[in-house]
Amino acid sequence: MEEQGVIKKFLYVNRKAPYGSIYALESLEVVLIGAAFEQDISLAFIDDGVYQLKKNQQTSVSSGIGVKDFSKTYRALEGYDVEKLYVDNKSMEERGLTVDDLIVDVQLLDDAQMAQLMEQQDVVLSF
Amino acid sequence: MLHTVNKSPFDRNSLESCLRFAHQGHSILLFEDGVYGALKGTRFETLLTEALKSYNIYVLVPDIEARGMRTDGIIEGIKPTDYAGFVDLVAQTKAVQAWL
Amino acid sequence: MKFAILVNEGPYQHQASDSAYQFTKAALEKGHEIFRVFFYHDGVNNASRLTVPPQDDRNIVNRWSELAKEHHLDMVVCIAAAQRRGLLDEKEAKRHGKDANNIAEGFRISGLGQLIEAGIQSERLVVFGD
Repeated sequence: MEEQGVIKKFLYVNRKAPYGSIYALESLEVVLIGAAFEQDISLAFIDDGVYQLKKNQQTSVSSGIGVKDFSKTYRALEGYDVEKLYVDNKSMEERGLTVDDLIVDVQLLDDAQMAQLMEQQDVVLSF
Repeated sequence: MLHTVNKSPFDRNSLESCLRFAHQGHSILLFEDGVYGALKGTRFETLLTEALKSYNIYVLVPDIEARGMRTDGIIEGIKPTDYAGFVDLVAQTKAVQAWL
Repeated sequence: MKFAILVNEGPYQHQASDSAYQFTKAALEKGHEIFRVFFYHDGVNNASRLTVPPQDDRNIVNRWSELAKEHHLDMVVCIAAAQRRGLLDEKEAKRHGKDANNIAEGFRISGLGQLIEAGIQSERLVVFGD
């Protein structure tokens, strides 16, 4: 059934903030499972999706919203060979964020670079 | 590439983000609440008219009609299509990107 | 051509499931192959056998089941998303000590790998969501 040696370019597009809805968390779950398939994976964070990567998320049961903080999982992606994390520069600027505000190392892309990245993909998963 | 936009431009920035990253010659399908962006006389008409110079823009007629709108209210140049046409658009391009 | 469909929203709340159904039906009518329909996020609720819509409305769950039967569709519900939302098949219900199961005919519960595989094996993946 499974064809050997097929490597496709998968792009995960994240445009939603964490916690307000489950999309960010469940998107990350797909990324982690998908990593085992040895495809060419990239993650794009655009619009409110950039908030997923914000440092210092505090969600503790005792004093916070009582939801699991999954932001640290982005740091673990490297261990799954998921290393291509791209962030839309304009979305960052609009929100007053810089790379220092983010929990992981990312590459900032301008509109043309992000458009180019999207153009190259075989499969685009949006959540 | 085919981009699908299913949100009203009055509600979310999906259409604007899509237009920011779509390449010249790409196709864009407006469906579900996205069809409100295809209509004449809204504050997005200029944006869409400009976009038509670079992209092939389609609108799903069943969603237009469901919302009490008529196809003669669609901005000139935006092409009306149906579910079969949607399938053809997907088949014709290399990949589909949904702007959810 | 070989398509895969991803449904990210539940029935009735969002139009995503209706749009996905209409698209799938149109693709089949045009002679395309549907490699798999994958249900994720609240989309897993499309597989609940216990939905009871009013009689004058469409029955979204049955409609999927019938389409699957007619065209031998592979309709897969994500196990992780399903379990946290209370969607269980007989085996999972037993395993977790629950007193009921609720998966409708034509749906099967499996892992997220099935979504990735659908992306690899099909020529186009179309996402329907909110």
